[in-house]
This record gives sequence, structure tokens and C-alpha cells, in this order.
Amino acid sequence: MKTEQTADRSLLARPPVKKTHSTSLLSRLNRYKWFYLMMTPGLLYYLIYHYVPMGGLVIAFKNYNLMKGIWGSDWVGFDNFRTIFSSPDFPLLMRNTLLLSFYRIIFNMLPDVILALILNEIRVAWFKKIVQTITYGPYFLSWIIVYGLVFSFFAPDSGLISTWFRDMGWTQIDVLTNKDAFRPLLLITDLWKNTGFGAIIYLAALAAINQELYEAAVVDGAGRWRQMWHITLPGIREVFVLMLILKIGHIMDAGFDQVYIFLNARVYDVGDIIDTWVFRRGLENLEFSIAAAVGFFKSVIGFILVIFANKVAKKLGGSGIW
Amino acid sequence: MSYVLKKSKADRVVDAVLYTTMALFSLSTLFPLYYVFIMSITPFAEVLRNGGFVIIPETLTWEAYKTIFGSPVVPQALKVTVIITVGGTFLNLLVTTLLAYPLSKKALPGRNIILMAIVFTMLFSGGLIPTYLVVRATGLTNTLWALMIPGLVSTFNMLIMKTYFQNLPEEVEEAARVDGSGDIQTLVRIILPLSLPIMATLGLFYGVTHWNAYFGGIMYLTDKSLMPIQVVLRNMIQTPSVSSELAVDASLVQQLPPETIKMATVVVAILPILAVYPFLQKYFIKGMLIGAVKG
Repeated sequence: MKTEQTADRSLLARPPVKKTHSTSLLSRLNRYKWFYLMMTPGLLYYLIYHYVPMGGLVIAFKNYNLMKGIWGSDWVGFDNFRTIFSSPDFPLLMRNTLLLSFYRIIFNMLPDVILALILNEIRVAWFKKIVQTITYGPYFLSWIIVYGLVFSFFAPDSGLISTWFRDMGWTQIDVLTNKDAFRPLLLITDLWKNTGFGAIIYLAALAAINQELYEAAVVDGAGRWRQMWHITLPGIREVFVLMLILKIGHIMDAGFDQVYIFLNARVYDVGDIIDTWVFRRGLENLEFSIAAAVGFFKSVIGFILVIFANKVAKKLGGSGIW
Repeated sequence: MSYVLKKSKADRVVDAVLYTTMALFSLSTLFPLYYVFIMSITPFAEVLRNGGFVIIPETLTWEAYKTIFGSPVVPQALKVTVIITVGGTFLNLLVTTLLAYPLSKKALPGRNIILMAIVFTMLFSGGLIPTYLVVRATGLTNTLWALMIPGLVSTFNMLIMKTYFQNLPEEVEEAARVDGSGDIQTLVRIILPLSLPIMATLGLFYGVTHWNAYFGGIMYLTDKSLMPIQVVLRNMIQTPSVSSELAVDASLVQQLPPETIKMATVVVAILPILAVYPFLQKYFIKGMLIGAVKG
């Protein structure tokens, strides 16, 4: 993004191609009128379905009433926020959300890197191709389908593994409603679904490493591990930091798509995250203002985090994401 | 890729471990998919006889598929999903192109402000509730538009397309302009034919998203006949009574265990993805990388 911006500036500095000296703003706007027309549907989309909802966040400071609408409802200041922060649910939600995000960074981001590093070591082309083809396939399946697969293994009375445990005379396991199993279940299914895909970006970075570096290293007598330490790992550092920034920016999300589908009332203690709570309180209990206030809090923290992470990445000498 | 002059014994051991790990990882990826497929076509008696799992069934049964396709619910859900996948993807590509093409022109007045405003939506959003209220206020609830309009443009995809347009040779467009071609004409006649790879890539991105769409259904729709296949699938998986979920006579499903029917529904939801997978594979990496490098 950075190089592109510099390129932009240098192009803007030049007068537009095939234009005489009369490049007043008006004539430039006129020159591009069809372009503005083309953009209208897209810009309206962003305005209505992204910017209006941002404005709609005012209901976090109101007591939203269906009859009175967004503007007609009464202002309540920070009451909704006070209600949330003093609610016993709040520390639990924060804990579950942050823990899950943290676990995802460790148990789902590192495997992406490891898979890429292993694939990079595999020299038999057809084998590498087959492994890649198979492992990034599940990325395209929905979480519902993944839940269906999990169900086929762990459904209490019919799942393959559950019945196997029962037939062996071992303890009854009910993975789907067990508090201790819930987070590992999320992490393992995430690993199964997304690792192959997550490795792609690191493989691209690895492919971009100058091969002469390796040749020089061999001449210098560096073995496999020293090559990895001194050439391969530095080669993917930048991408890794970039992905880390993105993950940190989404730390308040914790993977709503997946969690909502796997969640059930018996595992709320460990599995209820901010988004699932907002969904329930807002859309099922119709407490719009409370739910919107939590959502607002989450968006602001997420925004601050991504700005902050980007700053830190730049300080550390990387390029950041903008 | 590390280079070695001569492989030592230790190197060969490491290689063996790596290849084995990869083979096991691949097998564990494939196994669940194979398992549900086999479960959906094996007579339950045979499954039970073999301790819950058969690798290759002796006899096949398509009863589960006959039941779900004979019910009113699943064909209707598939119809809805096909409509939103085809229609939604067309709208996505149309609006994304119309936005990305002008934004690929660096001299466009206001371009940077517009881009910044669009990228900002990736960093900050109104969140679930205000978005829901806007979708409702714009009259989309309980129409199929609710599954197509709220995600009309993916910012990520739009940026990928913009980058692609930027990398096209400018001379072609200049030549067309000199020949008196208008901007829209240039886009349709010159740019689009050159952009088939990116259209295919993003079409597949959008298409898969629509096929997998779930939340739109449960958030914006209450009419059961509008529910897409993923919502129906989830209800099927969780229900204790498959026959009532499928709205078929209970006697029809009595011979079949509910699990077989559930697994068959999972397979029906997987198959279209499997069918486009070779194309996805061909284009996806390329598209990902254009976006990742220059986003």
C-alpha cells in the first residue's frame, strides 16, 4: 500500500494525460462525469450500509424505542454503558473473547507458518501439490458444514467417536456441550478448516526469497537449520508481523461466525463472546440500545488496537499496513 | 528451499518425519468428508454391523437423498441459495467493477478521499445492531434482497480489482479514447475482455460466500420459505425430529435413521463447493496474492 501511495502522488503531480492547461476543477469533474456516475451505486452502498449504521450508533446513547425510531428515542447519555460495565456478564464476555483470540493467535496462526515451512522443505513436486490441494479445500466450506462434520463424530448417541467410546466401555463423552472441550473444539476445527489456506501467504513470501542466498549459504557450509534461521525465517518476518497486526485488530471479534454456530447454553461460561452476546440481547431479546452500546465499545477498542499495532509495527522497522 | 550438497542421515530422518506429517494432515482433512459421504449412502444396518464405520460399503442406498429431495423444504432452500448465489454474485461483480474501475484512475478528482472513506469501513463499523436497523429501515427484511444487498461490495475484493485495473496497460485505453470511445464503452469493450481472470476469481470468492451464507438468513428473514440451505442444514443437524424439520410424513423417514438424512444434507451442501473447487484452486491463489501484495 505504501509504494502505491507514493506512486499516486507522483502521478497526481503530473497533469492528467492529454489535457491542456485549462485543468480547472470544473473541467476535470466534467471529464470524469461518467466515472462518477459509474461509482454511484457502490458509493450509495457504502453510505447506506456502512456509514448510516455508524451514525446509528447514537442509539447506544439512547433508550431505543421501536415506535419512536432512532431519532425520536430519548437520550440517556452513558446509562447503557454504565449498565453494561456493572453487569456480571461483562467481565465474563471480555475474558472469553480475549482468551479465545489469544489462543487463536497461538494455536491457529503458528500452524499456518509451520505448514508453510514444512511444505517449503518438500521437494517432491507432486506430493507438495496434492497436500496443498487437499489442505486448503476446507477453507471454502461453511462453518455449518464443519459443525455437521463435528456432529457426525461427536453427537452423543450416534457420533463415530462417541459410540466408539461407549462401546469400549470408557466414559461417556459429550464434546459438544462440555465446558472443558469447547475452546479446544473451536481451535481444532479452526485448524482443520483454515490452516491450509493460511499457509498460502507465507508460501508466497517464501517463494520471493532470493535463491542465491541459499546457494551462498551452502557454499559457506550452512546446514538446513542454519539456512532456515538466517534466510527463511527473516524472509517471512514482514508478512508474519502484518498478519499479527490484522489479528490484533480483530482481537475483539474472536470469530463470531464459528462461535455462534458451535455455541449452546451449556457452554456460555466459556464460549459466550461479545458478538454472540450482542446478537442474543439485541436480536433475540430486542434490547437494541444495550446491544448497540456493547457493539460500539467493541468497535472503538478494535479500531484503537489496529492503529496502535500498526504504529508499533512501523516503529519496529516494518512497513505496517498503511 | 534449503540446498544441501549431500543429504546426511539426520536430513533423511527429518525428511521422513516431514513427509509423514504432511500425509497424516492430508488424511485427517479428507477423512471427515469421506466419512459423511459414506454414512449417507450406506444402509444403517451395515454400519451397525461394522462397528459404526465402513470404508467401502457392500450395498448402497440412496434413500436419504430421495427423502430430502422429496421433501418440500430442501429443494426450496436450494432454489433460494441458487438464486442468491447467481443473482448476488452478478450484482456483486457489477457494482464492484463500476466502483473499482473509476478508482483505478489516479487522476480522478476526489479519488483518495473516496478510497480512504472506503478503507475506513474495514477498520470501524457500526456493528450488528445498527446494521440490522438500517437493513430493516430500507425494507429488505423478509425479502431475498436482504441476502444480497447488505454485502454488495467486499472492500477487500474491490481493492484487488482496482489493483488489477491499475496494472492493465494504459496505451490500450488511450487508443480507444483517441478513437472516440466513451468511458463506459471503453470499460465494456476494452477493459472487461481483458479482465476475465479477475472476474472469474472474484466471482468465485463472492459465489462461495453466497453459497455459504447463513447469518443473513437468521437475522433478516422470518419467512421459512426464504431460508437458504445453510440455515436449513443447521436446523436439520440440531433437530431431534428430522421429519418435522423436513415437513414430511414421519412414516417416510421411519426406515431411515435421522443421522443418515442429516449426513446426506451435509453432502448436498458440500457438493457444489467441490464442483467449483478445481476453478477456485486455479484462480484463488493468484487473486489472494494480488490483493495481499498491493491491497
